[in-house]
Amino acid sequence: MAKILVVCESKDGKLNKSSKEALSAGRSLATESGGELHAAVLGTAGEASAAEAGRFGAKKLFSAGDSSLDAYGTEPWTAAVKAVIDQASPDVVLFLGTSAGRDLAPRLAARLGVGVASDVDRLEWADGKLKARRPVYAGRAFATVLVDAKPAIATCRPNAFSPSESGDGTAEVVKVDFTAASSKARLVSTESTTGGEMTIAEADIIVSGGRGLKEAANFSLIRDLAHALGGAVGASRATVDAGWIDHQHQVGQTGRVVSPPLYIAVGISGAIQHLAGMSSSKHIIAINKDPEAPIFKIADLGIVGDLFEILPALTEEVKKAKAAH
Amino acid sequence: MNSVVCISQVPDTEARIKIAAGGKTIEEAGLKFIVSPYDEFALEEAIRLKESKGGEVVVLTFGPDRAAQALRECLARGATRAMHIKGDSGAIDSLGIAQILAAAIRTLEYDLVFLGKMGVGTDNSLVGPMLAELLELPQVNVVTKLELGDGKLTAHREVEGAEEVIEASLPALITAQKGLNEPRYASLKGIMAAKKIAIDTKTPADLGLNEDELFNKRVVTMTLEMPPEKSPGTKIDGSDPAAAAKKIVDYIQNQAKAF
Ligand SMILES: Cc1cc2nc3c(=O)[nH]c(=O)nc-3n(C[C@H](O)[C@H](O)[C@H](O)COP(=O)(O)OP(=O)(O)OC[C@H]3O[C@@H](n4cnc5c(N)ncnc54)[C@H](O)[C@@H]3O)c2cc1C
Ligand SMILES: Nc1ncnc2c1ncn2[C@@H]1O[C@H](COP(=O)(O)O)[C@@H](O)[C@H]1O
Repeated sequence: MAKILVVCESKDGKLNKSSKEALSAGRSLATESGGELHAAVLGTAGEASAAEAGRFGAKKLFSAGDSSLDAYGTEPWTAAVKAVIDQASPDVVLFLGTSAGRDLAPRLAARLGVGVASDVDRLEWADGKLKARRPVYAGRAFATVLVDAKPAIATCRPNAFSPSESGDGTAEVVKVDFTAASSKARLVSTESTTGGEMTIAEADIIVSGGRGLKEAANFSLIRDLAHALGGAVGASRATVDAGWIDHQHQVGQTGRVVSPPLYIAVGISGAIQHLAGMSSSKHIIAINKDPEAPIFKIADLGIVGDLFEILPALTEEVKKAKAAH
Repeated sequence: MNSVVCISQVPDTEARIKIAAGGKTIEEAGLKFIVSPYDEFALEEAIRLKESKGGEVVVLTFGPDRAAQALRECLARGATRAMHIKGDSGAIDSLGIAQILAAAIRTLEYDLVFLGKMGVGTDNSLVGPMLAELLELPQVNVVTKLELGDGKLTAHREVEGAEEVIEASLPALITAQKGLNEPRYASLKGIMAAKKIAIDTKTPADLGLNEDELFNKRVVTMTLEMPPEKSPGTKIDGSDPAAAAKKIVDYIQNQAKAF
């Protein structure tokens, strides 16, 4: 009977989207093997997630309620998750593909002497071992790896697993003893770089602008559409390098790799390094005036036309449709 | 201020990837190899520290014979020494690599260890934190700005929609993100000078490691496959913006089901 532990992240007592995705991925593994799903939620608000974690199928919620764990920090979180693992002895530990999860999973794995399959988009069992698929070469190939260790550790690629509730009841809270030790690093401050705008990391819809926008001010056309759709603003590197928009928005090999359910590329040619960051999006729409633009090769719906004419019309049409919805 | 920079040699990001016979690795014949792009930011930062504060920059890689070329490039840009641990970097998992790098770094004197935030190609983002753990160093991952103080550093790290400012004691480990600096090109003088520097070449066994415990352990690649060919989508004429807008919204609602 395999035990699957998901190391979740919560804010104001609510699990984030990546946690729900990872819990859903973990539940499939648990169901397949007749095993059990557990969640770990660190920090003083951890226990507040028991009902929500339960709804996503977790039977137990391990909480280490120390205030040193309220904000993410490599050293306290590594020690706390290690304490949870010592107590829960899971066969598989899933981490989120967030900046915290990606910082934490490899550090913890090295402490345990086990390996990690990172950024996985599929998980299954093969002869009692964890088999994971992960995009490599910026999505130009897929590697299937076998993780042969106890626990087997993986980080889940954002948007790869769909969050689904199991309808189960509240998870049983298990308190884990944890005392903070001194840390060699400390968080001094956190400064928002998006001015409260939605980030491309977790957005379901991304509207990205490229050099076709001609100048910085025209990013307002992208923002208008993104806001109408309730999505986030992305950008090609050419626009970031030109100083039209902050690097936080850059999609691609040297920006962020995203795979939202819907990606709209506007005035972006579709260079291989841009495709590397978005080609695994579920639905891709491209607007470009050049019918030969490479972006059309991967677009599900391509519109050959002038973005300055199409975007305003599209934003209006989206607002109308939303109002009627 | 002494730095160690761990670099990996990877296929050029523009390269066309083909799967080799056996279906587990890529075909290397005809591929151009480069220093992994994020490692260039790591190297540049270390060279700048050397220039402002003195000290050494040791570049370190674990990889096959061809990886020596990547070390030469780093020497040409200003690294002062190079260490090449030879072995098949295709048959080892990230913890194995981190164990080799840790063993090599333990033979050096250092204040800072630099890596890239991700080795381009295998796209793991694992070696940095693993190495920090093995060397018992504080880590700051995905760094876009670095300042050094007395016995400590202040680093800005990129997280979702925000920047964290982290203070850590030295020695420490940093993984570099784009934006940290603008890497320089090698000068002709640098290239000539680099030729005179001997690369310190070793095997994992020379470092006291048991090779049987390093290779094909823990995380093993079963298959490598190309993604299924995507069937071309629909292309429509956008010369009538209103009509095009209607078609797009129809797609968003009925195909993508986005609202
Ligand atoms: C190592 C490396 C890493 C890189 N990493 C990244 C990365 O992370 N992300 C990234 O995006 N790029 C990256 N690049 C850069 C990449 O190669 C391209 O240069 C870049 O993506 C081009 O941006 P673009 O599509 O906005 O501009 P362009 O290629 O100039 O394309 C502009 C497009 O706009 C269209 N257009 C112009 N006017 C209109 C109009 N009125 N209406 C509609 N369409 C119009 C044009 O037809 C054209 O297709 C990287 C490059 C290298 C070498
Ligand atoms: N074989 C290697 N030799 C030296 N450094 C490496 C090696 N592999 C990875 N690294 C370093 O670890 C970073 C992250 O790589 P990865 O975890 O593979 O994505 C890289 O940017 C390099 O700095």
